[in-house]
Amino acid sequence: MPRMTQLDLIRNFSIVAHIDHGKSTLADRLIQLTGTVAERDMKAQILDSMDIERERGITIKANTVRIEYPAKDGRTYILNLIDTPGHVDFAYEVSRSMRAVEGSLLVVDASQGVEAQTLANVYQALDAGHDIVPVLNKIDLPAAEPERVKTQIEDVIGLDASDAVLISAKSGLGIPDVLEAIVTRLPPPKGDRTAPLKAMLVDSWYDAYLGVVVMIRVMDGVIRKGDRVKMMQTGAVYGIDRLAVLKPQMVDIEELGPGEIGVLTASIKQVRDTRVGDTITHEKKGCDAPLPGFKPAQPVVFCGLFPVDANDFESLREAIEKLALNDASFTYEMETSAALGFGFRCGFLGLLHLEVVRDRLEREYDLDLITTAPSVVYQIYMKDGTVQELHNPTDMPDLTYVDHIEEPRIRATIMVPDDYLGDVLKLCQDRRGIQLDLSYAGSRAMVVYDLPLNEVVFDFYDRLKSVTKGYASFDYQITGYREDFLVKMSILVNDEPVDALSMMVHRDRADMRGRAMVEKLKELIPRHMFKIPIQAAIGSRVIARETLSAMRKDVTAKCYGGDATRKRKLLDKQKAGKKKMRQFGKVEIPQQAFISALKMDN
Amino acid sequence: MDDWRNGGFGLYLHWPFCQSKCPYCDFNSHVAATIDQHRWGRAYLSEIHRIGAETPGRVLNSVFFGGGTPSLMQPDLVAAILETVRATWPLANDLEVTLEANPGSVEAGRFRGFREAGVNRVSMGIQALNDADLKKLGRLHSVAEARAAFDVARTTFDRVSFDLIYARQDQSLADWRQELTEALTMAADHLSMYQLTIEDGTAFGDRFKRGKLRGLPPDDLSADMYVLTQDICAAAGLPAYEVSNHAQPGSESRHNLIYWRAGDYAGIGPGAHGRLTLNGDRWATEAPRSPGEWLAQVERDGNGEVPRARLDRQEQGLEYLMMALRLSEGLDLPRYRAISGADPDERKLRDLVEIGMIERAGNRLRATTDGRMVLNSVIADLAGD
Repeated sequence: MPRMTQLDLIRNFSIVAHIDHGKSTLADRLIQLTGTVAERDMKAQILDSMDIERERGITIKANTVRIEYPAKDGRTYILNLIDTPGHVDFAYEVSRSMRAVEGSLLVVDASQGVEAQTLANVYQALDAGHDIVPVLNKIDLPAAEPERVKTQIEDVIGLDASDAVLISAKSGLGIPDVLEAIVTRLPPPKGDRTAPLKAMLVDSWYDAYLGVVVMIRVMDGVIRKGDRVKMMQTGAVYGIDRLAVLKPQMVDIEELGPGEIGVLTASIKQVRDTRVGDTITHEKKGCDAPLPGFKPAQPVVFCGLFPVDANDFESLREAIEKLALNDASFTYEMETSAALGFGFRCGFLGLLHLEVVRDRLEREYDLDLITTAPSVVYQIYMKDGTVQELHNPTDMPDLTYVDHIEEPRIRATIMVPDDYLGDVLKLCQDRRGIQLDLSYAGSRAMVVYDLPLNEVVFDFYDRLKSVTKGYASFDYQITGYREDFLVKMSILVNDEPVDALSMMVHRDRADMRGRAMVEKLKELIPRHMFKIPIQAAIGSRVIARETLSAMRKDVTAKCYGGDATRKRKLLDKQKAGKKKMRQFGKVEIPQQAFISALKMDN
Repeated sequence: MDDWRNGGFGLYLHWPFCQSKCPYCDFNSHVAATIDQHRWGRAYLSEIHRIGAETPGRVLNSVFFGGGTPSLMQPDLVAAILETVRATWPLANDLEVTLEANPGSVEAGRFRGFREAGVNRVSMGIQALNDADLKKLGRLHSVAEARAAFDVARTTFDRVSFDLIYARQDQSLADWRQELTEALTMAADHLSMYQLTIEDGTAFGDRFKRGKLRGLPPDDLSADMYVLTQDICAAAGLPAYEVSNHAQPGSESRHNLIYWRAGDYAGIGPGAHGRLTLNGDRWATEAPRSPGEWLAQVERDGNGEVPRARLDRQEQGLEYLMMALRLSEGLDLPRYRAISGADPDERKLRDLVEIGMIERAGNRLRATTDGRMVLNSVIADLAGD
């Protein structure tokens, strides 16, 4: 069995790229060219294992591959590539992955140039002290402008791009140069093999055969199979059952020393028992202090998940519990809604995380779900000096006891072609944004805005996409909380409040949002035998109102002896159909109306 | 007393054949090249004997020949059937014998024969009083033919009714007012007026699904047409006694009242349904829809029914509710309780009264005109849990 490798023969790196700029393809080529995976086992995007990852071209879980590369200097190097999640929702996970490696390849599409998401991740890499090798991909495309993009990298990021490696990951052009650059331009890791064990928990996941698999980067010391190790944040102690490196399939290894990246299994029951960023050391003679930078997962977006069919509640509970075992950043608690019945209030790292979890619940557990409007976490400062966290507008305390409300703000970076800049500025302005910066790189503008997160979780992405015809890129980070004039808007149907539709909004935006909601509901609620007022209200003040007129005609013209059986059975069927209706006073609202009214991409 | 006696006892015979299939019709009707009327006659008689043996001594209130187009039957066949009927059950003094007729010249020629066989009422499918619309509705007759046939019918039978279809494609309120006024000058004592309904499995249904059936009136216009119909007919002395039926008081279709008053009826012929109360149990009977299959089964087994279904009290109550509320006279609450074993939900009743859909007078529950226009919703509401 192979043993640990000496430090100067190791290079650890990640790839920073915008979606579609070729990160996964480049990873595939590196794996292929070095013969890490036999040709017949090769499949596209080999590192993205979840269906959702492959379909959407995003990386959700960190992944790693150990590549053996015989360099031009005649020595064989161990290259550890950590494929990091590229999305802002997983910013903390990204930051941990970045701390596990010493360098990055910055992959930029030679025709598209730098995008907002690239920037955020480059800054993460710079924060982590990485050396960065710029790589221009897709240089064989007719639209490629490597010189312009090099200049852009220098202008926008401030990185010397004169030695950028020019490649086409698709055709394989330039891939040997990339391998050589990794060895010659990225630094080897540092570490002391005689010091007490200090390893970082980079990520963890559940494997149906192996149980919980933990990815680690050893900083100091040596970890061996059979060692008893301690997780410093949770205090839990485990015996290591198996130690391996990923190629990308598991290959057992006797020990891992400083600078090395691998995985371990240790009879850990749940992914929840592991914390990304935790420090792993030996139970006895462990290190004194944990690695800096650990943060517990903090959900920032909440929404309710309800089964479309109330009978599926137990299945939903099981599915959520199972999923949560594998995702410590996802929180849930039971919620009861008059509109939607029993469900769960769930917390997520962001909108993408929300979508991914919902997709997986629907897909992997075959459930139909209703998702209520996503809400951010508000800080409610009470007059008695206490502070409450508000996850659900329904729980909004009586205003007479509230001193003020604070909401989370973000720093949003948007890169957009010049032509659409005006629309983007208007969108940000409409969403209560404060412009922080506006600069140009060629014909692309980069705008930085301070925005309330609650305006972004509503339908910001979709609006941005539509006003820029998809040419804008967007990224954000949460910056803190600020007080603002926030109110709870309720929706009343036939004078009855509909809990699932209430939302927190800024007072200035309430009228517009209220009007949009009541207009939509007027279309979605079927006519009844009486007219139905549909209102949006703040407290007792109605801010928008529509009236659904009464149904006037609903009768079977012919009903004789031969029709009795059919009509009776139809009525019985309608009764069954009514189970998909929710009763609000005298009004029945079909489940589908909630689904449509709450759809985020309206 | 068995509950069915509140509604009476009738016999329905289904003649499943037509000369052509109308695009709106979802009735069990078939176009056949040749029909052996003798063979069909033997099957009907056999079925009458069979049902008669189960219901001995019952006084028969009505016989109804429906279809299909029963005016295509030979008068001899109708006579043979009615002779057997007379030999099977004691007849009510005012026995009503209705036959549905197409208003064509061929049929008119048979009217005298039908009268001699014992038919005393015809119901004619005139459907529209303008030729363009008749053509759209797939009718083979013209307005002139219809009027001529109708005149023959009026001089031949004691009672004559006719059907119209309204809320047709591209029909305006003014168009309908004019047509209805004209119809009322023809009408004797009974009129049935049906709003055009697009049914699945019909030519119109297919066209509708493909978006090719244009010009159908929106709900508000159909509602206005309905109200107009109620007003004009009432003023002309033909008030509505049911959702789509109007008559001079006393001239209501006795046969159809049996359905709406939840009486017993024997259904004979392909696809025919019946309700029979036997030894305290109420049964829903049904015959195979296919004419060939029905005929073969009767000849082979001496029984033209699919297995019967026993109706429980809840089902019986639901049927009484949905049928009786179609009538102006409404539903009798003590009777509803006796049938179903429960009262309608009091809270729902109060809500429906409050919004003006239902009115209560003593022991009776009636749908108002507004309520009758949305009767499906009213019934669904009352029938819901």
